[in-house]
Amino acid sequence: MADKLMTEDDVVARLRSGMTVAIGGWASRRKPMAIVRAMVRSGLRDLTVVTHGGPDLGMLCAAGKVRRAVYAFVSLDTIPLEPHFRQARQSGAIEDEPLDEGLFHLGLQAAAWRVPFLPSRVGLGSDLLRDNPRLTTFTSPVPGPGGGEPEELVAMPAIELDAAICHLNVADARGNAMFLGPDLYWDDVMLQAAPTGGRFISAERVVPTEELAGHGCLHQMRISRMMVDGVVEAPGGAHFTQCDPEYPRDEEAQRAYAASARSAEAWAEFRAAWVDLGEDEYRRKVREAVR
Amino acid sequence: MSGGVTRAEVCVVAVAECFRGDGEILANPIGIIPMIGGRLARAAFEPDLCMTDGEATLIANDRAVVAPGERVVEYWNPYRSMFDWVWSGRRHVMMGATQVDRYGNQNLAAIGDYARPKVQLLGYRGAPGNTINDPTSYWVPNHSPKVFVPAVDTVTGIGWDRAAALGEGGRFVDVRRVVTNLAVLDFETPDRRMRLRSVHPRVTVDEVVAATGFDLVVPDDVGESRTPTPDELRLIREVIDPDGTRDTEVAPG
Repeated sequence: MADKLMTEDDVVARLRSGMTVAIGGWASRRKPMAIVRAMVRSGLRDLTVVTHGGPDLGMLCAAGKVRRAVYAFVSLDTIPLEPHFRQARQSGAIEDEPLDEGLFHLGLQAAAWRVPFLPSRVGLGSDLLRDNPRLTTFTSPVPGPGGGEPEELVAMPAIELDAAICHLNVADARGNAMFLGPDLYWDDVMLQAAPTGGRFISAERVVPTEELAGHGCLHQMRISRMMVDGVVEAPGGAHFTQCDPEYPRDEEAQRAYAASARSAEAWAEFRAAWVDLGEDEYRRKVREAVR
Repeated sequence: MSGGVTRAEVCVVAVAECFRGDGEILANPIGIIPMIGGRLARAAFEPDLCMTDGEATLIANDRAVVAPGERVVEYWNPYRSMFDWVWSGRRHVMMGATQVDRYGNQNLAAIGDYARPKVQLLGYRGAPGNTINDPTSYWVPNHSPKVFVPAVDTVTGIGWDRAAALGEGGRFVDVRRVVTNLAVLDFETPDRRMRLRSVHPRVTVDEVVAATGFDLVVPDDVGESRTPTPDELRLIREVIDPDGTRDTEVAPG
């Protein structure tokens, strides 16, 4: 029986520069920040980051790890626009691959189902087709409704991943996991879309398999060990983002992070205080700050 | 009664009116006054509307912002479920717009050249999918020529001219109204150009024209936006938004 437990740094050691990495959660909610911080500390570079973006993308941009962003929006929720991401875009530091939120879903689903694209009406008429040249249109091979003229549709190409990283509430050592908040977001699809060997989760708690189901209800058991190659036990691993029902967003810490976009010095200071340290020390500092 | 009615309350009613006649669909207004207006539509005259808690459930409560423990949940609606409503045509969204033009094209993504923007905004978000599939209205709390521009820098939500160019592919596009702090606008003109539908009390037509960066269609007899009925005013002040959050988005006056 495989024990998939590992550390944040073990996850990073399995990533390579130039990879396409999906990061779970949504905006500033249930982001795998402990692993993201380990990525910032690493020698990784030139990453393509696929995300419903929040401080994961922002922090990786600030650290110069990102070559390309694939996203429909980037936000910190209570701070509507992500300042580090904005800076990266406005300075031309990163390549940009914009999507609509629904197309983002179809692209991951296509990758998970091993088809080259999924069809949609979404994008027609908008500038998305101008700004994302990977999106193309095609004439449906099937007649329109009621035998009408075949429709012109958008082909959303599969978003091919090298890795996916998500933070869940409870897991076992084999990689079965549950979300206990109101929304799974796209975590399961990301983990299904990524290839074997590149699928990692962190979790607030790692429990014996026999106890897993008792931590929530059946319908929350949406991550199977068939989707997971590595499990990191990371209590507080989503901090400062929200991780319902364990903890709310740490707004003060988020404000400090956002303020660090003001200058290179401010970022260096934030990074020294909150990124360039081990997880034990990070957790200790968070506990002290809460007091 | 109307002497004591605030501008924000007029905006709330104007938003509510956008959802009149929608029936049993997901009314999805985004923003403080839009959410209050949507709740008012359901409480006052459009009882079958479904509405979100702003996160992952559809709730029956009248109050605009409801604490998790007090929500009367009708349906679990995680983000992914939203596309089931959007793609099946059972949603009327009211979005914001950093820029909007005379045909209702909207920009949420970036100001300036998209490739190297002067100001990066939120991104395309769900705007292309919302507009190609469902009725869409907009809320603009600061009516100005910076928002109402001759041509938006990036088209995230598509307007009537783009829809017409698509032919059959644009058949579900339905850009309904734009509600602002000054006026209500619609597209009920032969060529679907934006029209001044009504001005809010104590706002002149000239003020709206001056605050709009393109030629609006201005009918000869522009009416005044209606004020809340006594029952609507009670709902707004006592049930839907007792904390007066509406005044943080549009100053009273």
